[in-house]
Amino acid sequence: MKRHLISAADLTRDDAVLILDTAEEMARVADRPIKKLPTLRGLTVVNLFFEDSTRTRISFEAAAKRLSADVINFSAKGSSVSKGESLKDTALTLEAMGADAVVIRHHASGAPYRLATSGWIDSAVVNAGDGTHEHPTQALLDAFTMRRRLVGRDAGLGKDLNGRRITIVGDVLHSRVARSNVHLLHTLGAEVTLVAPPTLVPIGVETWPCEVSYSLDDVLPKSDAVMMLRVQRERMNAAFFPTEREYSRRYGLDGDRMAKMPEHAIVMHPGPMNRGMEITAQVADSDRCTAVEQVANGVSTRMAVLYLLLGGSEPAVTTTPAAARTEESK
Amino acid sequence: MSKILIRGAKVLGGEAQDVLIDGETIAAIARTGEIDWSGTGLSAEGATVIEAEGQVLLPGLVDLHTHLREPGREDSETVLTGTRAAASGGYTAVFAMANTFPVADTAGVVEQVWRLGKESGYCDVQPIGAVTVGLEGKQLSELGAMHESAARVTVFSDDGKCVDDAVIMRRALEYVKAFGGVVAQHAQEPRLTEGAQMNEGVVSAELGLGGWPAVAEESIIARDVLLAEHVGSRVHICHLSTAGSVEIVRWAKSRGIDVTAEVTPHHLLLTDELVRSYNAVYKVNPPLRTERDVMALREALADGTIDIVATDHAPHPHEDKDCEWAAAAMGMVGLETALSVVQQTMVETGLLDWAGVAERMSFAPARIGSLDNHGRPVSAGEPANLTLVDTSYRGVVDPAHFASRSRNTPYEGRELPGRVTHTFLRGRATVVDGKLA
Repeated sequence: MKRHLISAADLTRDDAVLILDTAEEMARVADRPIKKLPTLRGLTVVNLFFEDSTRTRISFEAAAKRLSADVINFSAKGSSVSKGESLKDTALTLEAMGADAVVIRHHASGAPYRLATSGWIDSAVVNAGDGTHEHPTQALLDAFTMRRRLVGRDAGLGKDLNGRRITIVGDVLHSRVARSNVHLLHTLGAEVTLVAPPTLVPIGVETWPCEVSYSLDDVLPKSDAVMMLRVQRERMNAAFFPTEREYSRRYGLDGDRMAKMPEHAIVMHPGPMNRGMEITAQVADSDRCTAVEQVANGVSTRMAVLYLLLGGSEPAVTTTPAAARTEESK
Repeated sequence: MSKILIRGAKVLGGEAQDVLIDGETIAAIARTGEIDWSGTGLSAEGATVIEAEGQVLLPGLVDLHTHLREPGREDSETVLTGTRAAASGGYTAVFAMANTFPVADTAGVVEQVWRLGKESGYCDVQPIGAVTVGLEGKQLSELGAMHESAARVTVFSDDGKCVDDAVIMRRALEYVKAFGGVVAQHAQEPRLTEGAQMNEGVVSAELGLGGWPAVAEESIIARDVLLAEHVGSRVHICHLSTAGSVEIVRWAKSRGIDVTAEVTPHHLLLTDELVRSYNAVYKVNPPLRTERDVMALREALADGTIDIVATDHAPHPHEDKDCEWAAAAMGMVGLETALSVVQQTMVETGLLDWAGVAERMSFAPARIGSLDNHGRPVSAGEPANLTLVDTSYRGVVDPAHFASRSRNTPYEGRELPGRVTHTFLRGRATVVDGKLA
C-alpha cells in the first residue's frame, strides 16, 4: 500500500482488491454491538475541509472513530484564494499538531497532490475530493457496492469487476467522481461507458479507458450498473444544456428507462441527489437504487483506507478476520 | 570611455574577427589580426582586450515583451533588478509591459518607467503604453500623449488582457497609424477562457483543471489580422502558442497583411505534460501546449512565420507560486535563460544559425518596436550594443544565481547550453565574464 491516496489511478488491481476485501472485514464491525476497533488508537486524523461537504466529512469522521483514532475537524473555508491562510501554512500548522493522516477536501484540483509532495508535511494524505480532479474513496466505495451487488458479499472476496458493464451518466466534465471511477473501474477490469450531452464531456476524453455515448437509451440495456451523477442546476446558466426539463428528458433516469435495464442491474448515485433532475423519486426510492447503501459502504471503505495507510507494516488481510486479529493484538 | 578589443569572436557565428569598440561605437572590425589601423587615427593601444576565441558575438539582444513590475509590484521585480537580469541574459534593450500598478496608460507613468530605465544603466528600457484605460478594454488611453512624451512610446499593448472588443481593437489599430505605432495583442478570447487554468486537452481532462482552448487564441488572431488588413494597419501578436495560430499568421503573411508575431522561449521547449506535477512554476498564460504545438512553433520561427523570440519575463514572488495550482499566479521569468533555450531548441537542432538568432532576438524586435539604436548590424560606426556568448558552455540552471528579484523559473535543475560572458551597452560592459559589472 502506498503512503498517500491521491488518485484512483495510483492503485494497482491488487491494491484495489485489498482495499475492497479489507472494507468487507470492516463492514462486519458495523454489524457488531460495539462498532469499534482499537487499531488506530493514539493516532490523529485531521479532516481538513476547504469546501463544505458534511456527508464526506462525517463519513471519514465515523471511519476514523471506529478505528479509535483521534479526529480533528478543521474547516478552512476561504483558503489562500481569498488571501487568508495559505494551504502551506495550514499544512505546517497541522504538522506541528502531530497529524498522522490528513484527509483533505479542496476546491482546487491538485491541492492534495501538492500537500503530499511539497515537503510541507510528513503525514499520510487522503484525497477526499479535489476540484474537478478526483475523489478516490468515492470510487472505492462505489466499486465495493458494485462488487457486493453484482458478485456477492462473500463470493466477491479477492475478486475484481472483470467484464461488468458500468455506465456513468451526467456531468462528467466537472465530476471528480467520474474521473476516479473511470480509473478504478478500468483497473478492476470493468467496461465503462460515459453518457452525457457533448457539452459535459471533456475535450481529450478519447484517451480515457472507456467508451462515450450521447444516448442513454442505447446504453441502458447493456448496463450492469448505472451511476447517475449529480447535475448542478447552475450549469444551465453556462449553456451546458438548454433547460432542466430538457436535461431530464434526455439524460434523467425515470421508471420507464429503468425498465430497460437488465433485471440484475443496479442504479447508483454518489449523492446528494437532485430528485426530478437526474433521477426521479420512483427510481431513487426503488430497491435497485443503492444510494443509501453507498453511504454505509463509504464508512467501511474509508476505514479500510485509513487502516491500510496508517497500519504500517502489519498485514492488512489475514486468514483471521481483521476484527478478531486486531482484538487479539491488544 | 576606454577602448575595448574583442579578439577572435565569431561574429553572428561566422568567421573569427576582431572588433574594436571606441567609446560608444564600434570603431573597426576585421578578420582576426587584420584590423588596418593606418589612417584611422585609432590604435589598439590602451584597449582592454577580451580574448573571445570560439565565442559568438551577437548584436545586443532586444526583448519586446518584459514585465518589470515597477511601479506597483516591487516585491517581484523593479526596473533596476529587471534590467540587471536583462543584461545578464545578453539584452541591451527591453520593452516594459504596461500592466503595472498604476497601469502605464498615461504619459506620466510611461515617463516614470522610462526615467527609471535611464537611471538603472544596465539596459535601455522602452515603455509600452496600455491600449485602453486601466487595461479594461473600454476606452482608448491617450496613445498620442504617450507617443509625444519623453518615453516616445510606439508599441501599445493591454498584455495580460486581450483587447477583445472588435471595435476598440479596430480603432486602436487605425489610430496609432498617425504616428507609426503598433498594437501588440494578447490574443485570448475572454469568454472561452473563463476559469482557464491550463491548455485544454488530454492533460487538462485528466487533471480536472479548467481548459484554455487553442481556439481562444486562434479566433482572436484570425479576427485581428483581418482587421489589420481592413484598416491597413500593422498588428503584432504577443506570445503565439499554438500550431493553429502559426497557420493563421502564415496565411495572413502570404496575403500581404502587415502582421508580426512573437514566441516565448518556454513555448519552444515545454509542454503541458509538466502540469501533471501540479507545480505552479509551470503555470503561465498562454499556457504550455502540446508537443505538436512546440514543433510547429519551432518550425515557424525558423521559416520566419514567427518573427521574433520575446521572453514574456513575468516575475512573481515565491508565495504566489508555492501554493495550489488554482491560487497561483501565471507567468515565468525568462530574461536570464532565453538565449540558452533558443540555442537548445533552435540552434542545436539545426533550425537556425546564429545569424538567424540575431535576426529574431535583436534586429527584428528592434524593427518592430521602432527602436533606432538597437538591433543594428555588427559593423564599424554602429552603436556598440553587443553580446558575447560562450556557446560551448553547459550548465544547470540555479535560480539562486539570478539577478532577477524573482525565482519562478521552470528550468531549475535543467541543463541548458550557452552562457552570456559579456554584454556591452553603448560600449560599456554591463556583464563581464558572466558577472554583472
